[in-house]
Amino acid sequence: MKFTEEHEWLRADDDEDDVVTVGITEHAAEQLGDLVFVELPEEGITVAKEDEVVVIESVKAASDIMAPVDGEIIEVNSALIDNPALVNEDPLGKGWFFKMKVADMSDLDAMMDEAAYKKFI
Amino acid sequence: MTDTLLTTPLHALHLELGGKMVPFAGYDMPVQYPPGVMKEHLHCRAHAGLFDVSHMGQVILRPRSGNVADAARALEKLLPQDVIALKTGRQRYGFFTNDAGGILDDLMIANRGDHLFLVVNAACKEADIAHMRDALSKTCKVEEITDRALVALQGPDAESVLAAIAPGAADMQFMDVATHDSDFGPLWVSRSGYTGEDGYEISVAADRAEDFARALLDHDSVQPIGLGARDSLRLEAGLCLYGNDIDASTTPVEANLVWGMQKARRAGGAREGGFPGSDVILRQIEMGPPRLRVGLLPDGRAPMRQGTALFAAEDADAAIGAVTSGAFGPSIERPLAMGYVSIDHSGVGTKLWGEVRGKRLPVTVAEMPFRPATYKR
Repeated sequence: MKFTEEHEWLRADDDEDDVVTVGITEHAAEQLGDLVFVELPEEGITVAKEDEVVVIESVKAASDIMAPVDGEIIEVNSALIDNPALVNEDPLGKGWFFKMKVADMSDLDAMMDEAAYKKFI
Repeated sequence: MTDTLLTTPLHALHLELGGKMVPFAGYDMPVQYPPGVMKEHLHCRAHAGLFDVSHMGQVILRPRSGNVADAARALEKLLPQDVIALKTGRQRYGFFTNDAGGILDDLMIANRGDHLFLVVNAACKEADIAHMRDALSKTCKVEEITDRALVALQGPDAESVLAAIAPGAADMQFMDVATHDSDFGPLWVSRSGYTGEDGYEISVAADRAEDFARALLDHDSVQPIGLGARDSLRLEAGLCLYGNDIDASTTPVEANLVWGMQKARRAGGAREGGFPGSDVILRQIEMGPPRLRVGLLPDGRAPMRQGTALFAAEDADAAIGAVTSGAFGPSIERPLAMGYVSIDHSGVGTKLWGEVRGKRLPVTVAEMPFRPATYKR
């Protein structure tokens, strides 16, 4: 699992070499507070790193989730639309946001591993 | 230069309870505790919540004559409420107005027998006190109470919890005020609050406040509640936040607060007018205001926050209003808002559009409160 400075995590898919699942960390979920709204991107769109792809709103404020790398959104977690609280309950599991086909998997090499992220926060 | 934040007598307790502290009206206050805004909100509605509102101003108007009616008559020069008819042991909601008919602050006014006791907003208290000293000093001593904390205990279990400390609290009705002796010294209690729940606001000596708060928190049903949930609770109750929903540029008529102006001060009343801006306000009551504060329910799940522009049609050019408070309502399980709209779009059920992140989303003008109040009447 890899982590970004924007408190997102990327988990490599078991079957597909170039697919990752993306979510936000426990730390980020705790800082945001209870989520009440999630707007997900359309499946199939091509995105560039740092594109704002997801809008989330907590009880406090709105924030954006950015694409961590270039690629294509291939699946979104539509369970979040009716139940945004999944992100707070299980940020590393059921609270995932989207899966993407990564344009260049070597972009992940420079990202933090779990130990480095723990130090970062 | 950094401004030093003020603290309330319960500051150390907030830290001990894990409060996440933020600056609010010059004070270092808890915005939430570890359970978070959503759980705190729901707990308050289901059981009881304890709020530190010691940052608010507590002010005594003491009539120099010794006759409280003289203080009431004097205060009526500054606001459009009937204070003279306010009986001993009773409280009412009010608002100071300016010459243009705008609202300088909203407040609670209590008749405590030989004096009036006022609770005003933290951000306005200095200005309010100066305003009252300017206008009322001939008839009243204006005393700011700085040696007492103020807490609110709100929710269905508030009565049983407070009655365990001060049995007389159980006999009070909504908007009654009384002094109850307790192990924590005399408590100045009103059966009121700002959540839409039954409950109390309690003024307690600052040096006994922490022990008093701990005694309340010893009950399993009582949890501390931060400013975050205080905001969503008051919004569900349809209550205004000064600085957001009402201010010096909004009149009480536009703010839909005419219910808070008693007959005696309206056109044809025994003491018609005689408060700042009365010409503007009484004319607006007669002719209707150009805009009105209304409740708003977004049709979808996206909250419409403060500042969201409102339109009469999806493709309309000019906004007809804006949201002044908007959030998610944990008890009604959907987003909610209030705001000002032009009078011809203010009817309950009117379909409007709110612009969120560049997109026009449907929103409907709704009755307030969004959740019925549970006051003990």
